[in-house]
Amino acid sequence: MMELTDELILGIETSCDETAAAIVKNGTELISNVVSSQIESHKRFGGVVPEIASRHHVEQITIVIEEALRQGNVTFEDLSAIAVTEGPGLVGALLIGVNAAKALALAHSLPLVAVHHIAGHIYANRLEEPMEFPLLALVVSGGHTELIIMEEHGSYEIIGETRDDAAGEAYDKVARTLNLPYPGGPHIDKMAGEGKPTINLPRAWLEADSYDFSFSGLKSSVINTLHNAKQRDEAINPNDLAASFQESVIDVLVEKTSRAAKAYGVKQVVVAGGVAANKGLRERLQEKFEGSGIPLSIPPLWLCTDNAAMIAAAGSVEYQKGKRATMKLNGNPGLDLEAY
Amino acid sequence: MKALAIDTSNLVMGVAVIVDGRIVGELTTNMKKNHSVRLMPAIEELLNEVEVEAKELDRIIVARGPGSYTGVRIGVTIAKTLAWSLKIPITGVSSLEVLARNGKYFDGLVCPLFDARRGQVFTGLYGNVSNHFQLVQEERIILLTDWLTMLREDSKRVLFLGNDLEMHQAIIKEGLGERAVFGQAADHNPRASELASLGQAREGEDPHTFTPSYLRLAEAEAKWLENQKK
Ligand SMILES: [Zn+2]
Repeated sequence: MMELTDELILGIETSCDETAAAIVKNGTELISNVVSSQIESHKRFGGVVPEIASRHHVEQITIVIEEALRQGNVTFEDLSAIAVTEGPGLVGALLIGVNAAKALALAHSLPLVAVHHIAGHIYANRLEEPMEFPLLALVVSGGHTELIIMEEHGSYEIIGETRDDAAGEAYDKVARTLNLPYPGGPHIDKMAGEGKPTINLPRAWLEADSYDFSFSGLKSSVINTLHNAKQRDEAINPNDLAASFQESVIDVLVEKTSRAAKAYGVKQVVVAGGVAANKGLRERLQEKFEGSGIPLSIPPLWLCTDNAAMIAAAGSVEYQKGKRATMKLNGNPGLDLEAY
Repeated sequence: MKALAIDTSNLVMGVAVIVDGRIVGELTTNMKKNHSVRLMPAIEELLNEVEVEAKELDRIIVARGPGSYTGVRIGVTIAKTLAWSLKIPITGVSSLEVLARNGKYFDGLVCPLFDARRGQVFTGLYGNVSNHFQLVQEERIILLTDWLTMLREDSKRVLFLGNDLEMHQAIIKEGLGERAVFGQAADHNPRASELASLGQAREGEDPHTFTPSYLRLAEAEAKWLENQKK
């Protein structure tokens, strides 16, 4: 039943290679969620081609939004606001969602709310369970590896971030070295499950008190290991190499997340982003936090990858705070989370 | 009929409103500024100025390219989203045709032109055939030198239009000599009012399936196809 006082937000997300629209009620309840993935179009190029992503977004945008409204049995008159990803992401891709959202806001006299993509990933979790503050979020994806403290809704403090490659990026690069098809992350995860971490690879802990990450050294080490083995005519079990690489990534992610959770005395730890779909990471985090007294939340797989439900959920918080975007809103590929 | 016309396919940003065949408002800028930031405020301002509400519109008309990929997409995205959500048709007009209309009374051929980098141009040829201004040579992306070789086969004068002409003027003069005529400042800006006039007379399309006319594959796609042939 829809109450008059219910808040209904249409979310729109086009920051990378998914064209997505969704409706969320009162910031917590998923009404509809539509994602049109372009992964098949980009596979043959071994990665996302920005120009091709933008072309797909233009073709899909109205179809996806219509489907979200139809599935939710919602009309423009029912909506409270439109929330759209402002950044970060691919600039040409962001522009499609932003301009479509502005056109809808004008045509139907609806408030417009700009959302930070990472805030969206964190808020995906609110569709599953309430958030408890202070909260620690570990955001891991193809473009991000960050530890974020939230004292309250809509407040973000980055306490650690990657100094070079994002975790997902390292996965993709290692996958390419192993000649795995794009996107490589899930393949490595699967191979790791079948192999044993027998190969010694580095873990970049950085300074003793740092929550920052670094994965480029690890990636180089994997490449060198393969290269040296080839020179010596030794066979390396690719499953073992995948398991060793994955263990090295996960050791650092889990340890730093656990340390930060204790140091900041948080009441909840949220894991978000595409790499949160990684089976190995999920298991190790669950082990680590079991019995720690700090509840751990990992959204289901379909909420970890890019979607617009998370944008609508994060948009609800901004909407309630009275934040509004104007018709001048632009896609911002380098949008800063703390300043936004 | 009330229609809104939009063109952001090149440096010029144009918005016009046509009401029952009369152009009631037009806004044009020709500056290197961001269309994504400025187009929606321009639409909002012009609609306010001419006292037309978005919900009263019967049609959206858009310059669908060729031009800057990003520019074309901004106009097309806004146009198709407005059209779909207001449940009205969308009409696309070639960006080159809009520009060519600035020479519709020229006694000869009209060649609108946008630079497409590496010596290439987006172009086509228009002219009056049995008192009707229309396309006489298909629009294409082509090396300017090859295009000029083709144009030499005719004997008519050719009026060149477009803000990118400055960088190509010398080579055109060299290729066509006295036959090449160049438009003046005002002739080089495509007009949203011309776009509106053209679009209101044409068939509407389904906004969902409406796509830009890039006239060129994405570079990665072209390379991939090339490799497939090997
Ligand atoms: Zn993401």
